[in-house]
Amino acid sequence: MENLLYTALFAPLVGSIFAGVLGGRSKMMIAGLVPSILLLVSLAASLVLLGHVLSTGTAVAVTMFDWINIGNFNVAFGFQVDQVTAVMICVVTVVSAMVHIYSIGYMDHDKGFNRFFSYLSLFVFSMMFLVMSDNFLGLFVGWEGVGVCSYLLVGFWYHKRSASWAANEAFIMNRVADLGMLLGIALIYWQLGTVKYDEVFANVDKLDMTVLLWITGLLFVGAMGKSAQFPLHTWLADAMEGPTPVSALIHAATMVTAGVYLVVRANELYAPVPEVGYFIACLGAFVAMFAASMALVNRDMKRIIAYSTLSQLGYMFVAAGLGAYWVALFHLMTHAFFKALLFLGAGNVMHAMHDELDPFKMGGLRKAMKGTFILMTLASVALAGIWPLAGFFSKDLILEVAFVEHHFILYTVLLLTAGLTAFYSFRLVALIFHGEERYKLFGIHPHEAYRFMLIAMSPLAILAVIAGFGFKGDYFAMVTQMLPATEYHVHSPVVYWTMVFGTQIFVGLAIAYAYIKYVKVKAFDPAIESNFFYKLLINQYYIPALYEKFITVPYAKLSRFAWKQIDQRIVDAIVDLIATSIYKLGEVSKRMHTGNLSTMLRLMTLGFVIVLVIALALQMMAK
Amino acid sequence: MFEAIAFYVFSALTIVMFYVTVTTNNALYALSALAAGMIFISGFFFLLDADFLGVIQLIVYSGAVMAMYAFGMMFFDSTKVVKEKTHSARNVFILTALSAIIIVAILTAPVIADNAQALFQPFADKGNVENLGYVLFTKYLIPFELAAVMLLVAMIAGIVLASKKMDIPLEKDAQ
Amino acid sequence: MITLNHYLIVAAVLFVIGMIGVMRRKNLLMLFFSTEILLNSVNIGFVALSHYLNDLSGQIFAFFIIAIAASEVAVGLGLLILLYKRKNTVDLDVIQNMHG
Repeated sequence: MENLLYTALFAPLVGSIFAGVLGGRSKMMIAGLVPSILLLVSLAASLVLLGHVLSTGTAVAVTMFDWINIGNFNVAFGFQVDQVTAVMICVVTVVSAMVHIYSIGYMDHDKGFNRFFSYLSLFVFSMMFLVMSDNFLGLFVGWEGVGVCSYLLVGFWYHKRSASWAANEAFIMNRVADLGMLLGIALIYWQLGTVKYDEVFANVDKLDMTVLLWITGLLFVGAMGKSAQFPLHTWLADAMEGPTPVSALIHAATMVTAGVYLVVRANELYAPVPEVGYFIACLGAFVAMFAASMALVNRDMKRIIAYSTLSQLGYMFVAAGLGAYWVALFHLMTHAFFKALLFLGAGNVMHAMHDELDPFKMGGLRKAMKGTFILMTLASVALAGIWPLAGFFSKDLILEVAFVEHHFILYTVLLLTAGLTAFYSFRLVALIFHGEERYKLFGIHPHEAYRFMLIAMSPLAILAVIAGFGFKGDYFAMVTQMLPATEYHVHSPVVYWTMVFGTQIFVGLAIAYAYIKYVKVKAFDPAIESNFFYKLLINQYYIPALYEKFITVPYAKLSRFAWKQIDQRIVDAIVDLIATSIYKLGEVSKRMHTGNLSTMLRLMTLGFVIVLVIALALQMMAK
Repeated sequence: MFEAIAFYVFSALTIVMFYVTVTTNNALYALSALAAGMIFISGFFFLLDADFLGVIQLIVYSGAVMAMYAFGMMFFDSTKVVKEKTHSARNVFILTALSAIIIVAILTAPVIADNAQALFQPFADKGNVENLGYVLFTKYLIPFELAAVMLLVAMIAGIVLASKKMDIPLEKDAQ
Repeated sequence: MITLNHYLIVAAVLFVIGMIGVMRRKNLLMLFFSTEILLNSVNIGFVALSHYLNDLSGQIFAFFIIAIAASEVAVGLGLLILLYKRKNTVDLDVIQNMHG
């Protein structure tokens, strides 16, 4: 089992190094194939590990070697695969293996083909490191690793100014959040003297309540950054500048869920402080609504899906915040499948439309792209939460959790958001695949993607369909060995069925409304642009503008001040002063070395006088 | 009384002569003044009952050394006035004044004279030359012999150096 | 009554005069003269101490100093003549080769 664990963890790293060595060369098919195959190996290893955990119920743990040994501070490179990790690594490897294969087709014509696969595999390695580590510090290493890979991949087309800007934004915002996380970890170490999960969780009750509040709060700040929760959410939509497979893998399926994973993993820290949990839930519900509203009007296909991701992350946080950790993890899993599918489908559309992102310029693509149409519709249905697809089981469960826990406001918000989700998902589908073929105006001849790309998407599609009803039972049985096994049942069957059907009907109506409204659209209607709500939403509630005005610009001014005034006037001046004073010292002292005998004699006399003074002083002291 | 008069006269004369030596631009004046100063110093020695040294001073300094300088000066044009750039007279003044004050302070401080002890006391019934002979050929025999060797070496060096040919560069001369 | 201090002060004054010569003069010959003055002033000090302490060591030292002075003059004058042959001058500032 240990070797399997190492295989699952290090196969992507080997692939990354392999592709990275070829990074400088022009496109080589082997640079894409080898990482993909290695990732399939990793996937197989992960599945075996999952099977092992599922059947025996015991975690696989290894300690690779000591990492840090300073005084009492001992951290080892330790890895463990328990129930939660097993779920995570399977999700990560499944999605990334499919994305790798898909990328071989998607990045076909890109000059950075080899480099892309190197980054992508490195990301998978970091993500595996993150979820497999058995201590907070290892988690942090993976956390930073995925951050770096995200930066590299968002800025993959670094020659585009917007891409490098988005990469910087993503990286800097994560850095802000990571500081909180690091402080949280430091606080844990300070209070408990260890960062290993087992030891930390075993000693939670020794912690002071205030300290625990701080720890959980700070850790959640880190989670907020990675999972793009308000107010650190702006980077996620901008991160769509990266290649679409990257968006699918990193910014939908895996990395952004790391925050949720952290909260789930540290559930024993969060359990004694329901206040923090409640705050997380409220923030999650707010973000769910907030992001969904922005997705309603956006005219950028990928951004719409990105906002949808944000919204779904909000759902997960609601579940995690309310203590339903297994539900959060479940939604994380199903979401990973259908959101990756949705993104990959969007990638196909983009390819077909020559990187056009505005759905108002598409329409009627279902004839040209049958496969993509089916897959994306499937993903949208799953996202909307229609029975019997995956989204229904996980999302409805979250609604039930909110209901059962008597958080009716949260429930209402989430219900409304479910409607919004359905609306914007099918707005997108309707605009892209149905209605008139508006793209003809722009002289585009869409074509379907490579067959193997569609085949690579199909496992995701299958999982998006069956992950709900197929896995729920086994999943629950396995995960609740670790996580609190709270079952959420609405006791009255009438209320339960009303809720289920009500939600389904509500969602169905939203879908129908979206379809009717957008299927006949001829072109974008400029009249709406003067609408106040439209302006508010399209400008993302003016939050980026606020950040620009109150953070970016003042910070730039401060930096400029520091550069012009402090660095140049003070620091540089001091350095220059040192240099010039040494020069001047040289100018002065060179007169001692003229080679003139007379000068030397004078200096000798000076020395003689100094010796005399010393002699006199010593004499006086002797008295 | 006689001793005091003699001391002051010799002091004044010596100081004046040496002052002339260091200030004059004419090498011949300087040489003459120096020779005169040496003779007056031998006067001090006689006053201090160091008859032997007084004679040595007269013979070696005023005789041999001065003659050597005189001969040395024949090798080059001693009447040619060397133009000396004197700069920073202030520094010279400060340094000399300071060292003078300190030396005097150290010398006149009673410490040295009080702590000094006689190593070799002269025999009262013998003369200065005889006493000096005893000490020189008993306690200081080896330094005396070394001094003799040193003088021999210096003599040879002086002859060799002075006999180098005038117009030939050093490298050629060595061959 | 002339005391030891009288002699020592005279010796000090002569020494300082020699020092002035060493510092001020640029003529090498004058530097040699100044060195002689320095040596002689020290001699006075030694002999005076010898007399007042009733000890012969001072005189012995003065004796050796005279020997050293004689050999110094012999060698130094030889070098001086050699230098004059090469450079045709005895001025220290002119002899200087380095530019500092």
